[in-house]
Amino acid sequence: MTGRRVELEVLRYHPETDAAPRFQRYSVDCREEWVVLDALNHVKETLDPTLSYRWSCHMAVCGSCGMMINGEPRLACKSFLRDYQGVIRVEPLAHFPIERDLVTVIDDFMAKLKRVKPYLIPAQARALEQGEYRQTPAELKRYKQFTLCMNCMLCYAACPEYGLIPKFIGPAAISLAHRYNQDSRDGGRAARQEEIAAAEGVWECSFTGACSEVCPEHVDPAAALQQVKIKSTVDWYLAHLMPWLKK
Amino acid sequence: MSRKPYLREETMRWVFRHPRYLRYMAREFSCFFIGGYGLLMVWGLKRLSEGPAAWRSFLEVLQSPASIAFHVLALGFALYHSVTWFKLTPKALPVQVGGEFLPDGIISGAHYAVWAALSLAVLILAGAF
Repeated sequence: MTGRRVELEVLRYHPETDAAPRFQRYSVDCREEWVVLDALNHVKETLDPTLSYRWSCHMAVCGSCGMMINGEPRLACKSFLRDYQGVIRVEPLAHFPIERDLVTVIDDFMAKLKRVKPYLIPAQARALEQGEYRQTPAELKRYKQFTLCMNCMLCYAACPEYGLIPKFIGPAAISLAHRYNQDSRDGGRAARQEEIAAAEGVWECSFTGACSEVCPEHVDPAAALQQVKIKSTVDWYLAHLMPWLKK
Repeated sequence: MSRKPYLREETMRWVFRHPRYLRYMAREFSCFFIGGYGLLMVWGLKRLSEGPAAWRSFLEVLQSPASIAFHVLALGFALYHSVTWFKLTPKALPVQVGGEFLPDGIISGAHYAVWAALSLAVLILAGAF
C-alpha cells in the first residue's frame, strides 16, 4: 500500500480564545486511497485532538462533511487526496457563520427548510383503511431527482446570491419545495408558494448555476429554481389576465 | 460553553474564485452591449423619422471604426449570451414524455430552430431575399 505526505492548511477558530479565524498547517502521512476526511481524522487522532469538524457516514450519504477544499465546496469524504497537488486548504463552508474550526452554524438553513414545508401535504385527508397513495413510475420520475438532496449545503456555499443576500431562501430548500410540488400525491403548492415565489424565494436567483455544478448528488437545484420561476410566472399571468379561472 | 459565531462576509472577490463565476459574469455583462444595441436601433428610428439626410448621416456614423468595433463586440456578446442561454434551457423547460425526459439536445435544439426561423422571417420582412 503506497503512501504520501500531505500538507493540510486548515482554518481554525476557537471562540473562547480567537478574535478571528487563522490557518494552521498539518503535515500528515496519508495512504494513497485516502480522502480529505481520512486525513482530518488522522490529524484528530494523532496530531491535534482539538480540531473540530462534522462527519458521519464517510460515504456521501449523510451530507455532514461539506467544507471548502481549495476554495471549492465539496464533501470531504468524496474528495480524494490523489486529486490534489501541493498544499490542500480546508475551510468551513462559505457563507455560513463559523461555530468552531470547520463546524458552521446551520440554523439559517434549518429555519428556511422548515418554512418551505418539505413534506407531503395531501390535497384530501385519507383514512388508513383507504389504503396507500398510489403513483405510476412516470409520476415518480417527475420529481425523483429532487429527492436525492441530502441537505449538505454545498449549494449555499457555491451560491454568490446567498453570500451577498442572506435572506435568499436558497437552492436546496427551494429544490425540496419543488420536489413536493411535483409530487402527484401532494396538494400543498399554494402554501409553499408564499415562501418560494416571494422576492426572497426564486426571484433572488440570477441563475449562476453554481449550485448544480457543486451538488454531489446531481440534484440540479438550478433546474428546480428555474422551473419554479416559470410556474410562478404562469400563475401571475393567469391570476391577472384570466382571474375567472381561479377556483 | 460560550458561543461566538464568526461570519466571514462575502466580498466581490467571489467573481474570481472559480472560472464558472467569470463565465456567469460575462453572460450578465453582455446585457450592456445588447442594451446598447437596442438604444442604437431606437436612435436609428429617430433619425429615419427626421428625413433622408438625417438617415444618411446615421448610416455614415455606423461606418466609423468605433461603430464597427462596437458592432463586432455586441455580436460576440450576443452570440455568447444566446449560446450559453440555450444551453441552459433544458434545465428550465424539461419535457417529460411517458416515463422519460426528452434529451437536452432536443430542448436546446428546438430553441435554435425557433431562433433560425424568426431570423429568417425578419430577413424576409426586411426584403433581404
